[in-house]
Amino acid sequence: MNINEILKERILVLDGAMGTMIQRHKLEEKDFRNESLKDHPHPLKGNNDLLSITRPDIIKDIHRQYFEAGADIAETNTFGSTTVAQADYHLEHLVYDLNFAGAKIAREVADEFSQKEPNKPRFVAGSMGPTTKLASMSPDVNNPGFRAITFDQLVVAFKEQAKGLMDGGADLLLIETITDTLNAKAALFAIQELFEERGKSIPIMISGTITDASGRILSGQTTEAFLISVSHVPLLSIGLNCALGASALRPYLQVLDEKAPFMVSAHPNAGLPNEFGQYDQTPDEMAFQVEEYLKEGLVNIVGGCCGSTPDHIQKIAEAAKKYQPRKIKNMAVVENF
Amino acid sequence: MQDQLLNTSHRPLKLSGFEAVTITPASNFVNIGERTNVTGSAKFLKLIKEDKFDTALEVALDQVRGGAQVIDVNMDEGMLDSKSAMVRFLNLMASEPEIAAVPVMIDSSKWEVIEAGLKCLQGKGIVNSISLKGGEEEFIRQAKLVKRYGAATVVMAFDEDGQADTYERRISICKRAYDILTQQINFPSEDIIFDPNIFPVATGIDEHRNYALDFFRATKWIKENLPNAHVSGGVSNVSFSFRGNQLVREAMHSVFLFHAIKNGMDMGIVNPSMLEVYDEIPKDLLERVEDVLLNRREDSTERLLEFAETVKGSVKKKEADDEWRSGTVEERLNHALVKGIVDFVEVDTEEARLKYGRPLFVIEGPLMKGMNIVGDLFGAGKMFLPQVVKSARVMKKSVAYLTPFLEEEKRLSGVVGKPNAKILLATVKGDVHDIGKNIVGVVLACNNYEVIDLGVMVPPEKIIEAAKRLKVDVVGLSGLITPSLDEMVHVAKEMEHEKMDLPLLIGGATTSRIHTAVKIDPMYSGPVVYVLDASRSVPVASELISPDTRKAFQEKTKQEYEAMRKDHASRQELKSYISLAEARKNKVKIDWDKSNLVKPSFLGKRHFLNYSLAEIAKYIDWTPFFQTWMLAGRYPKIFEDSVVGKEAKKLFDDAQTMLHQIIKENSLQANGVIAFYPCHRNETDDVILFDETDQNELTTFHFLRQQNKKAQNLPNFCLADFIAPETLGQRDYIGMFAVTTGIGLEKLIEKFKADHDDYSEIMAKALADRLAEAFTELLHKKVRKELWGYNTEEHLSEEELIDEKYQGIRPAPGYPACPDHTEKKIIFELLQAEEMGIILTESYAMFPASSVSGYYFSHPESKYFGLGKIEKDQVTEYAQRKGMSLTEMERWLAPNLAYN
Repeated sequence: MNINEILKERILVLDGAMGTMIQRHKLEEKDFRNESLKDHPHPLKGNNDLLSITRPDIIKDIHRQYFEAGADIAETNTFGSTTVAQADYHLEHLVYDLNFAGAKIAREVADEFSQKEPNKPRFVAGSMGPTTKLASMSPDVNNPGFRAITFDQLVVAFKEQAKGLMDGGADLLLIETITDTLNAKAALFAIQELFEERGKSIPIMISGTITDASGRILSGQTTEAFLISVSHVPLLSIGLNCALGASALRPYLQVLDEKAPFMVSAHPNAGLPNEFGQYDQTPDEMAFQVEEYLKEGLVNIVGGCCGSTPDHIQKIAEAAKKYQPRKIKNMAVVENF
Repeated sequence: MQDQLLNTSHRPLKLSGFEAVTITPASNFVNIGERTNVTGSAKFLKLIKEDKFDTALEVALDQVRGGAQVIDVNMDEGMLDSKSAMVRFLNLMASEPEIAAVPVMIDSSKWEVIEAGLKCLQGKGIVNSISLKGGEEEFIRQAKLVKRYGAATVVMAFDEDGQADTYERRISICKRAYDILTQQINFPSEDIIFDPNIFPVATGIDEHRNYALDFFRATKWIKENLPNAHVSGGVSNVSFSFRGNQLVREAMHSVFLFHAIKNGMDMGIVNPSMLEVYDEIPKDLLERVEDVLLNRREDSTERLLEFAETVKGSVKKKEADDEWRSGTVEERLNHALVKGIVDFVEVDTEEARLKYGRPLFVIEGPLMKGMNIVGDLFGAGKMFLPQVVKSARVMKKSVAYLTPFLEEEKRLSGVVGKPNAKILLATVKGDVHDIGKNIVGVVLACNNYEVIDLGVMVPPEKIIEAAKRLKVDVVGLSGLITPSLDEMVHVAKEMEHEKMDLPLLIGGATTSRIHTAVKIDPMYSGPVVYVLDASRSVPVASELISPDTRKAFQEKTKQEYEAMRKDHASRQELKSYISLAEARKNKVKIDWDKSNLVKPSFLGKRHFLNYSLAEIAKYIDWTPFFQTWMLAGRYPKIFEDSVVGKEAKKLFDDAQTMLHQIIKENSLQANGVIAFYPCHRNETDDVILFDETDQNELTTFHFLRQQNKKAQNLPNFCLADFIAPETLGQRDYIGMFAVTTGIGLEKLIEKFKADHDDYSEIMAKALADRLAEAFTELLHKKVRKELWGYNTEEHLSEEELIDEKYQGIRPAPGYPACPDHTEKKIIFELLQAEEMGIILTESYAMFPASSVSGYYFSHPESKYFGLGKIEKDQVTEYAQRKGMSLTEMERWLAPNLAYN
């Protein structure tokens, strides 16, 4: 069944944090190496995306736990799998493989579950993070016109990532945790080029990150400005994730609910980190906050970001069952007369 | 007027910088800043050439502060590396939040520069421009990329054969480009902005005489025939022949814009400092400029040149500039506000302060008066946004000058120390109007409240956060436009969600007690109070803040609102509704075969200019005149009333005196236009009009049908029922009219205003209104007896006339039978009512106010009725019939919706 059709009928649940789950395993440098990487001259510990190749058992198990908790969509373990981000580990040459492997293992687990429960098909969303460099902001306060990366470089990087994800079997592409809309526009540009070259396209989800109570994404845009800036592409969904807990996202989801001609998604953090950098919002607390926007009919897709676990997702999935999905409001809203 | 476009264009153009910008047909003209253009600004070019990018950035900042809503950046100069200059400048602009707030227009004739620019924009900008100059293949390639980068684009009226310089070439190129874009590459039509070429006029070359006129015509054509597309252009080109003559150029720009906007131009590259206020253009100059732009006379160029000679040189200009300094302080402040001149504002404010005694009186008096005039001119399309922004700046500067005196006054009055209480004010999200809110702020501050003003477009979370952090005592919300009503409801809900209990004050032009009671109050358990105007804000705030009165006041208000809600609900619940299809089955039964469809004595328009006021005055219905003055009773019996009789008589005598004066001096001008056309109605309650030849469809009137469940034998009325159906096979006729008696009123009340004679001023306005109604009555009689002539034998007394005992009706859009104001536009277009001096504002109000317009129906069965509430099925279909979006339609019909 087509995901578009399902979304009209029910709220779909996205999985929770990957990093939080990996941390539980107390991994060592050796877990990040395989035969071909054993002599790599740079440390690799912490490069979680690499585990799709070196410890696929762990990643598959995490996907499995989330599906068991009730998730409909798994995000691939490829958040940092671009040449830009992998440059930190000197692994630019492995980018295609990381994406291919990340998509492939998620695909395998998803198919397992879809077979068991044909009326609840599971989907794989190829996760595309923002990279480590911003295209519209300068990292140097004394030189505001400087840019650490260009649009063209980002297009090349994202295109390679998207290729690997599609080849590995992703159903969707999820451009997420957008801190700079220009990066996201480069990703959209790359994806459109790729679709055109292949004569094939898959649905695109996009998710921005509001960094603080100013209500703006890091690069300065309001939620609505962000929406307008990416609306030239027929998206499956637009949403918000990370940085804030569920309650704090609510006003901005209201903006998307009202204005977006696409589905709306949210995958907030499990609250805010405590002074030790840990998230201590309980599954019940998080689900309670998420339920506020389910009640209001603000979203079509809901899940978790940093700090969320299968327990959180299970509570959220239970809540999601109780409510009708958001209806897309008038496509041609005329306002501000 | 902008509202002419509502029908043809309804998908808004959405752009973004840091902020979202939505351009709808109802938006005001969008001003694109042009100073960051090396081809247009020698100063900017110099800065770029000398590598002074920081200073160049200030040019951009100035434009944003001056009201530019989009910033045009152009680096096309032979000596520059345009591409790298573009990238560097755009990157710098992105780092200045105030500049980056607005969308960017990337302006270059080189595609590679445009593409490099597109790669720097996180927001949705505009490409300026692409065209068919290099053939279809290149055009398509570029357009596809524009779309992929997520931008809108200007399309020049330019093709393989060159730039379009005639009306025909303009429209054929635009049509071709539009079809390619929308059909071949699925380019969103709302993201297409045509530039149909503004060329210099009055060049002395005969071929150029129609340049401006053709631009206007092409603009109109585009807006009518290419759905959702927009029109833009570089305005200063038009006055190129008058380089060096600022006075003439500024007048030309303003007059050009006035006509271009009327024809549908929605944005343009304009230098706000090179614009005269339309109404301030000397009459002789205005006439000559219009002669040139509209190509009205053989010798129009010569005559404008002649005029230009007389004002040439900066010396003359300076004299003309300074002349206003010799007026009274009120005149000077007014002039400064309307013209946006800040140079003398402090001197003048000081003088006014001394004259008025208290600083507050200066604000409430001359400053507010000036801002009202600005608001009116803006509403009438005679001032443009950047000018209004400048006016507001003058106002603010003047208030700023007065503030220390206000403080001092407070100190002297002994109320020093801790202020009474903190009041937070905000104009809600989506709304930018703050003059009213600022006045409330000033008045509250004068009364010793500490005012925290969050400004305009404030989102709810920011209001709540500030209210909590600053521990305010009251929150006041303001808004002027209709959608703000919903936003206020939203804020109330959010405050409830946060379990707050602070008093919430609601104010602003569209707000009302009933809306506050029905929609806002139930959402919030704390006190909610509607505040009629600034003067009411002080007593309300003090009652709400004082612990002695707060509880009682809150309970009283809650009870009042509760009662209003019940009353409102009971009126709703009594009614039940039927589907539109059912209602149509129950239309007014008229035996058309037996009806005599009288053909009017003429078809088309007829004008009545300068109609005799003495004649009109005979038809005045005096009863409403007394209502205006809040004296209840029917004329002439009212004179015998024991309570108001004496006052009524006095008033009436004064009215007679003034009326005679008006008639004697001809100080008001009565103009009218009526028309008749063949027509029939269709299945969906539309009335289709045909031209005089009966061959070509002219336009369509759309009517609404009652949907409340009726007692037996009572029909569900719709005005269309009174027009013969198409199936009859015989044409029926419909008439329409627009009249005004308000021309000259402004001048008439000028002297009353100068004398602060409110009584005479209100009297004059009330009389003008009565005359307009009387003129309507008179014309309607002529219509029945001779012009349409369907009832040549009518003999009715004046009283019977007033009681509407005649055959046929003359309902007006906005009235109970046809509450949709937007239909007025169709009547106005057909009648070209603007020629009579009547214009529609963007909210469909008629200006001058003493004007009436409407339809004529002749069938003996036709009668007045109230539409009442209607259901969503009809509203949805009606919106489709009119080519408007449902949301927009619901907004216009809000009071008539039977659903939420």
